[in-house]
Amino acid sequence: MKKIFALVLSLAIALSMCVALTGCGEEKKELLGMSKSPLDAPAITVDYEIPKDFKIGFICLHDENSTYDLNFLNAVDAIQEAAGLTDEQVIVKVNVGEDDACYNMAKDLATQGCDIIFANSFGHESFMIKAAKEFPDVQFCHATGTKAHTENLPNYHNAFASIYEGRYLAGVAAGLKLNEMIEAGDIKAEEAKMGYVGAYTYAEVISGYTSFYLGAKSVCPSVTMDVQFTGSWYDPTEEKNAAEALIDKDCVLISQHADSMGAPGACEAAGIPNVSYNGSTYESCPETFIVSSRINWAPYYNYIIKQVVKGEAIAADWCGGIEEGSVVLTGINLDVAAEGTVDKITDTVKGLKDGSIKVFDTKNFTVEGKELTTYLADVDDMGDYKPDTEVVEGGAFNESVKRSAPYFDLKIDGITRLNEKF
Amino acid sequence: MKLSKNHSFHIVKREPPVWYIGLAIRAAAVILALIVSGVIITLLTDKNPIAIYASMIDGAFGMDIRIWSLFQDVAILLCISLAVTPAFKMKFWNCGAEGQVLIGGLATVAVMMFLGDKLPLPILLIIMIAASIIASIIWAVLPAIFKAYWNTNETLFTLMMNYVAIQFVSYFLKSFVKTGSGVLFPMPEFGLPVLFGKQYLLNIIIVAVMTVLVYIYLKYTKHGYEISVVGESENTANYIGINVKKVIIRTLVVSGALCGIAGLLLVGGTNHTINVETAGGRGFTAIMVSWLAKFNPIFMVFTSFLIVFLQKGASQVSTDFRIPQAISDIVTGIILFFIIGCEFFLNYKIVVTKSVKEEK
Repeated sequence: MKKIFALVLSLAIALSMCVALTGCGEEKKELLGMSKSPLDAPAITVDYEIPKDFKIGFICLHDENSTYDLNFLNAVDAIQEAAGLTDEQVIVKVNVGEDDACYNMAKDLATQGCDIIFANSFGHESFMIKAAKEFPDVQFCHATGTKAHTENLPNYHNAFASIYEGRYLAGVAAGLKLNEMIEAGDIKAEEAKMGYVGAYTYAEVISGYTSFYLGAKSVCPSVTMDVQFTGSWYDPTEEKNAAEALIDKDCVLISQHADSMGAPGACEAAGIPNVSYNGSTYESCPETFIVSSRINWAPYYNYIIKQVVKGEAIAADWCGGIEEGSVVLTGINLDVAAEGTVDKITDTVKGLKDGSIKVFDTKNFTVEGKELTTYLADVDDMGDYKPDTEVVEGGAFNESVKRSAPYFDLKIDGITRLNEKF
Repeated sequence: MKLSKNHSFHIVKREPPVWYIGLAIRAAAVILALIVSGVIITLLTDKNPIAIYASMIDGAFGMDIRIWSLFQDVAILLCISLAVTPAFKMKFWNCGAEGQVLIGGLATVAVMMFLGDKLPLPILLIIMIAASIIASIIWAVLPAIFKAYWNTNETLFTLMMNYVAIQFVSYFLKSFVKTGSGVLFPMPEFGLPVLFGKQYLLNIIIVAVMTVLVYIYLKYTKHGYEISVVGESENTANYIGINVKKVIIRTLVVSGALCGIAGLLLVGGTNHTINVETAGGRGFTAIMVSWLAKFNPIFMVFTSFLIVFLQKGASQVSTDFRIPQAISDIVTGIILFFIIGCEFFLNYKIVVTKSVKEEK
C-alpha cells in the first residue's frame, strides 16, 4: 500500500515539474544577451626579451572568491600568457592578511629570487615598505597605496587607474536607463533616484560614486543619489542589506563599490537594474545587470616587467587611463540597458580620450550650491590628515594627477549619504 | 560472513593501551591519512601526491624566514590554546577566545596610539601589558559571573562577546583613522622590544615560559586540583567544600589574562596595528589544539605545531600547484579527521555481539 502511494506521489511531482517547466518556457522571451564591450581590454604586446631567471611574485588579500582579487588574478593570467612566463616565474600567494603576514610573505618571495613583488590591498602598504627597505635590489609595487611619492624609496612604487572615467561611463549607461524609465512613464523625472552601496567614506569610494553620479547626470539632469555605507570592503550580508534598504527608499537603480555579490544579488531578487564593478555579474544576474567597469591591471604588469628587464626605473606613481587600456568596461546587457547605450558610451569614450569631456569639470557639479574654484586635498599621506595640495586647476578637479590613488573626497549636491558612521 | 539482522554491535570503553602501542596507533593514523588524502588529491587534480607532501614540507621549513614564521605562528596559537585550557578542563565551554584576544589587542593598540609619544617606552610597555590583560579579563569574566550566579549558557554568551569585540575594533578603526580607509598604519616604534635582532624571539620565549607555568598550575597547584574537581562533578566539588562560583570566576580571570597576553603579543609584538582579522580564527582553532592534546600543555606544543604545519603546508601546495586553497584545506581536514578518529579507537572498542538465534 505504502509503495503504491509513494509511486503515485512521485509521478504527481514529476508531472507537475513538467508542467511548471513548460510554463516557464512559454513565458520566457528571446534574450538579446551581451553586446561587445565598447571599451575592451586591449591585446598585450610584449616587445622585449624576458630572461629565463626573471621572477615576479603577487600577494593578494583574498582569493578568487572575491571579485576584487579575481580581477587581479585574471590580469596575472593574461600577462603570464602574453609574456610566455612559466609557472616557476610567476608566484601567486592568496589570502595574505594586511599585517605582519604580508611583510613575511614579501621577504619570502624576495628570498625566492623574485625581481618584482606586487601587493594588491591598501593595508599591505606599510608592510611592503618595510620589506622594500630590506631588499633594495627587488622592486616592490603596490596597488591603491598612497605613500610612494613621500617615502622616496627607489624600489617602492604605487599604482592605480583613472577608474573614475570607467565609473563615469557606467554612469552614462545608468542615466540612459533612468531616461528610458521616465519616458515609459514608470517614474517621474524627479523620482529618478539611484542607490549606491559604498564600503567606507574613503576617497577611493567617494571619487567612484561621485563620478558614477556625474556620468548619469550628464544624460539625465534630474537624477539624485543615496549612498549607504557598509564599513567593510567585503561583507556579502551587509552589502545585500544595504542594497535592500536603498530599494526600500525608492531607489530605481543600484550600483556599488564593495567586493561581494551581495548588492547585485539583492537587485536581481528585487528586479532592480544594477551597474556592477570589478567585472561582469551577468551570469548570476541576467535580468538586472547593465554594465560593469573595472581596472585592467595587465598593462601595469606589462609596464613594470618591461622596466625591470630593461634596467629602467619604475615611476613612483603610475595611473593608467583609457589610453593605456587600464580602464575597461564589460559588454552591455542589451536586455536591460536602454536603447542606444552602446553608441552613447562609444561617443563618451571618444570625448574622454580627446579631453573634450572631463569627469570632474567644475561646471558640472556644485558643492553647497557653489561652483568649486579651489580645493586643498590631503595628497601627502603623512598621517597628519592635513590638506596640503591645490587640486582644482584649469576648470576641473584633477583626480589622480598629484598621486595615483584617488583623493576626491568632497560632498557634492545631489548625493545624500544615508549613514556616515562608516 | 553475512551479518544477520540479529547481530548488533556496541561501543565499550577500554583501558588506554601502553604508551608505545598508543604511539604506533597514532602514527598509523597519520600515515593512513596521508595515503587517503594522496588518493583524493590525485583524483581531483591529477598531481603527484608525493610532490604535494614535499611541497608541504617546503612551505613549513623551506627557508629561515619560513621556520621563524612557523615558530611564531605556533607560539601565538599555543598561547591562545593555553588560555582556553583551564576553562575547558573545568568544562566551561569558552568559545570567546577570539574576542578576548581581539579586545586585548585593541587595548594594546589604543595605548600605543594615544600614549605612545607621551610616555617613555618602559612605562608605556607596562601600561600596554596592564591594559591588554585587564581588557581581556573583563571579556572573559563577564560570562563567568553570569554562569556562576545565574547559570546562563556560557557557550552562547562567550560567542556573542566575540561579535561585540569585533564591532568595537570596527568602531575604533572608523573613528580614529581619519582618512576613512579603515586601515591603521602600524606603529613599530611603540612595540615590544626585539631580542637579538630576531623579530619573533621574544614572543616565542614568553609562550615557552607560559607553557611551563600553565602545566605546573594545572598539575601541581591547589587551584589546578579544584579546576579538575569542578570539571568532573560540581556536586562533588560542593560536597568537599570547594566554592564552585569562586573557582569558575577565578579560572576565567586566568583564562582572560592569558588571552590578553596573546593579544599583546599579536599587536605589540608582531603587527603593531589591528584589524578585525587580527585574531584570525585562532580563538576557535585553539579549542581543537587543546582538545587534541587532552588539555595537557606539553602535548599542546605538538598539536599546535601540527595544525600550523598543516596550514603553512597547505598554503604552499596551493601556490606551487596552482590549485585553489580549498583543496589544500580538504587535505588538512582529512588528516585531522584521522587523528581525531584514532583517539576514539584508543579510548573505546567496538564489540560485535552474536545473538542467540541465528538466521539461516
